[in-house]
Amino acid sequence: MSDGAIRGRVWKFGHDVSTDLLSPGQYALDPVEVRMLHVLESVDPRFASEVAAGDVVVAGHNFGCGSSRETAAENLKVLGVACVAAESLSRLFMRNAIAVGLPVLIAGGIHQAFSAGDEIEIDLAAGTARNPATGAYCRGEPLPEEMRRILNAGGILEVLRHGG
Amino acid sequence: MPMTLAEKILARASGRTTVAAGEFVVGDIDLALVHDIFAARVFDILEQVGAGGVFDPDRIAVVIDHMVPAPTAEAAAVHQRIREHVARLGIATFYDAGEGICHQLLPERGHIRPGMLVVGTDSHTTTYGALAAGGTGIGTSEMVYAMATGRLWFRVPETLRYEFAGALQPRVSWKDVILHLAGTFGSDGAQYRSMEFGGPGATGADMSSRLTVSNMALEMGAKFGLFAADAVTAEYLGKDGFEDEWQPDPGASYEAVHQVDLTALTPQVALPHDVGNVTSVDLAGDLRIDQAFIGSCTNGRIEDLRAAAAVLAGRHIAPGVRLLVAPASRGVLLQAIEEGVIGTLVEAGASVLPSGCGPCFGGHGGLLGPGERCIGTHNRNFMGRMGSAEAEIYLASPETVAASAITGVITDPRSLEAAHV
Repeated sequence: MSDGAIRGRVWKFGHDVSTDLLSPGQYALDPVEVRMLHVLESVDPRFASEVAAGDVVVAGHNFGCGSSRETAAENLKVLGVACVAAESLSRLFMRNAIAVGLPVLIAGGIHQAFSAGDEIEIDLAAGTARNPATGAYCRGEPLPEEMRRILNAGGILEVLRHGG
Repeated sequence: MPMTLAEKILARASGRTTVAAGEFVVGDIDLALVHDIFAARVFDILEQVGAGGVFDPDRIAVVIDHMVPAPTAEAAAVHQRIREHVARLGIATFYDAGEGICHQLLPERGHIRPGMLVVGTDSHTTTYGALAAGGTGIGTSEMVYAMATGRLWFRVPETLRYEFAGALQPRVSWKDVILHLAGTFGSDGAQYRSMEFGGPGATGADMSSRLTVSNMALEMGAKFGLFAADAVTAEYLGKDGFEDEWQPDPGASYEAVHQVDLTALTPQVALPHDVGNVTSVDLAGDLRIDQAFIGSCTNGRIEDLRAAAAVLAGRHIAPGVRLLVAPASRGVLLQAIEEGVIGTLVEAGASVLPSGCGPCFGGHGGLLGPGERCIGTHNRNFMGRMGSAEAEIYLASPETVAASAITGVITDPRSLEAAHV
């Protein structure tokens, strides 16, 4: 699935969206059913309740900055987000997204190319995104082989289950 | 091939003679750290995936520092599970609630040596770069993998070199230096990179200052924040012999080399809600505060408490201001009591909190209400970090936080000095 095409609806966020917004500290020890209700509530209170399976998060620079908390990536995956596409990702968020099997795309110009509610077509293998309504096209780097292998397995725990 | 410090650390960890930026390597983990937010989850999953035990119980450290003392029954139950796992797995390096913050304890108790590759389920694991160790944060699933196998994949990062010259003026600290770098290069100015700190100005930085700088390298997105091993490292460790090996090679390849003049630097403050939103304190304007916080893995050491006490001695905090002080470890607290530093702070109006992470990560014990403003010595000022999303967090040095607590507005500690004559 991870290597295939993704087609979904855009939820758009700004720059420097932190792990405190994605997974607030007050709910750090709560089970995922509670944590997922508070995802991004400080910037878009509708997100957690209205995001649908297959939707795509589009953001600016440094998405996922801050803490090592993997719940930032896991919460999005549990909510059904199909991909996070951003100008840049924090190192930890990127590692964690790969580790939990959440596809990511880093592509310059992506923040400009999409508005909230737009449709987005992503080709992870090619590292590209297209806006079918406007024709805007963004080309990023396809993920390195090492990360694709973990993503395709469904996350690093699946790699471990199958013998490392 | 000449290597940067980051390349040397990852070459050693992966059993290679040389590695270069951009390569992927599998590194052997020297130490894996988990704290109480993630430890129970990591050990539970480790059991669930059928991995059995851990790769080496002597290379794992567990610290209960975030929910300390347990603010809820749920947190207490999590701590119980952690203690059971620690006993079951035979993990020797275990610091229970009250001992202190992980990034203070591991260096303080001698667990960190130059050249080590250390992973932690905490972003500020970069702190160990102060001791020329490759410390970096990972998530819980990756930690399960690392604990089961003793290894993990790494991309060898490009290195940004920062060459310091000159010396800091009185009431200006290395916290101001790292805030200045974040302000200059942005909160993603070192994304995926290793930051390497050196030059004649860096040799004058004591270990406490280096720990502050390496701690906040993460706030610029860095994978590592490294100082080379030198006489300061040897003195802190009580052991030398690391200085030759844990230096960058002459002729190593850098993505960029930045020159930084320490002499010209003024006290700095990060404004909400981005660590890179930095200005000189004297230009911050008239900002009334409700709370001042001195503590955290960034600035909760004895040197930080002394610096705050020097400003607060003989003075009292402004009406309507709460001053919270959390020594970074029991050892720091004890020393601060022995030196009279705690007495000075409490006389000035401070409340002393347990050694832990509570207010800094927005867990408990010093959270903010809507519209409140806090200035603290910690490392993050993100929206909603310390409670209400409508609160504002400012980051500064212990000197600046202490001066601000006295006046009730964000204050340049140098101006207070002049007014006191």
